[in-house]
Amino acid sequence: MSGLAKRIIPCLDILGGRVVKGVNFKNLVDSGDPAELARRYEAEGADEIALLDISATLEDRKTALETVRRVRLAVSIPLSVGGGIRTVDDGERLLNAGADRVSVNSAAVRNPEILSLLAERFGVQCVIAAIDAKSVTAPQIADGKGGRVWEVMIDAGKTATGLDAVAWASACANRGAGEILLTSIDRDGTGTGYDCALLEAVAKAAGIPVIASGGASRPEHFLEGLIAGAQAVLAAGVFHRHERTIEEIKGYLKKNGMEVRL
Amino acid sequence: MEARTKTLAIAATGTANLASVLALCARTGVEALITTDPAVVAEAEYAPLPGVGAFGPAMANLRTCGMDMALKARWLQGKPLMGICLGMQMMCQESEEAPGVPGLGFIPLRVQKFRGSLPLPQLGWNSIVPGNGSILESGWAYFANSFRVAEMPATAQAEFSAAKPGRFVGSQAQYGETFAASIEFFPEGSALPTLLLCQFHPELSGNWGEALFRRWMGLGLSSAQQRQEKAR
Repeated sequence: MSGLAKRIIPCLDILGGRVVKGVNFKNLVDSGDPAELARRYEAEGADEIALLDISATLEDRKTALETVRRVRLAVSIPLSVGGGIRTVDDGERLLNAGADRVSVNSAAVRNPEILSLLAERFGVQCVIAAIDAKSVTAPQIADGKGGRVWEVMIDAGKTATGLDAVAWASACANRGAGEILLTSIDRDGTGTGYDCALLEAVAKAAGIPVIASGGASRPEHFLEGLIAGAQAVLAAGVFHRHERTIEEIKGYLKKNGMEVRL
Repeated sequence: MEARTKTLAIAATGTANLASVLALCARTGVEALITTDPAVVAEAEYAPLPGVGAFGPAMANLRTCGMDMALKARWLQGKPLMGICLGMQMMCQESEEAPGVPGLGFIPLRVQKFRGSLPLPQLGWNSIVPGNGSILESGWAYFANSFRVAEMPATAQAEFSAAKPGRFVGSQAQYGETFAASIEFFPEGSALPTLLLCQFHPELSGNWGEALFRRWMGLGLSSAQQRQEKAR
């Protein structure tokens, strides 16, 4: 028995001190002030706030630290921050600015050691391995198991790694990640629902909590993600555009037998 | 209205993420000070011991800067002391996470890894079942832990009561098994606990956590709560 609630996590992509949102990591549109939006989401019942720093320049990175500080002061729920973390020092700067957890994506593929270093220093609960996965049809990855296969993509989806996402998730868990943030690149920004087959495969293999990301727009999508094995469901556009409120999604989940914090 | 600002000293031990605790203090109008000076911690009105990271290195940090003695002095003198997450665990006897490393030992209980097959760490909001006399209210608290105290304060009470008059109470939650969400020590005749050990993070537990923090510090309702009360 667990009294643990399933979490809803709105994600704020931040750039230059503003929230932005694109489709398939492209075509960015301004979606508001991060601290204001985070506060609104907490009031609506968000269980956690995720910030993704999509800066490409050093100047913007500094702005992002300031954004983390502002959001931390605005909300009293957990705050995870990802984007551009290459070293333990990068992680520490974000934690000092007010992040409770940091998520590492490309750097973990290039240097898996960073996961263990962060875990040793700050504890496994602080370390999220963010995995962007893309469905591959050709047998680019020889897993020998058949069925659907997903490849790990890095550098905001631009670089293929040849890594099998399911195997990589389990390697991340072994190295010290406390949670997997799993984004389907195929579904991200499309509103067609999470890639549940991917979620199920990763949740089974990883043995640590998995956050579903990419594609949710309707209440059923959130429910499907949780049924597939996610402990938490993340979404961005659907909340930023006021299509659905977190309260509404939680009501739907509760009605369908999921434990949520209301 | 408060007569004056309450002051609180946070022991900086190198591993803990203090920004969230500071943000909570800012929201509640409490003057918070981060310090590496054990004397400041020993003398402060209130002292929370936050903690993230691993038991072994965190205990070593406490001992290196002499903070263990300051915390012990507070405990023995009955000055308000709070342990958060790993901070709670460090006030116990020892932990499975670091066999052979003694904890502060205020609570004669062992910290162990969660039993059962649920994913670890426990990450997220769990439902609190307040024990009789607990300062906690029922509601949701945010947890991020793989280790926990399973025994209930009744056990500790028997071993402890000879040394100090008062009583232990606690609150529980479920994660594959029943575990201690809080352990609180109320000296005889006191309405507030001098020791409040939280396995969860009050600083990350929304309005519920803020209300608990305010009660522990003997502060009134927050302005948000006052609005809520009025609306009822």
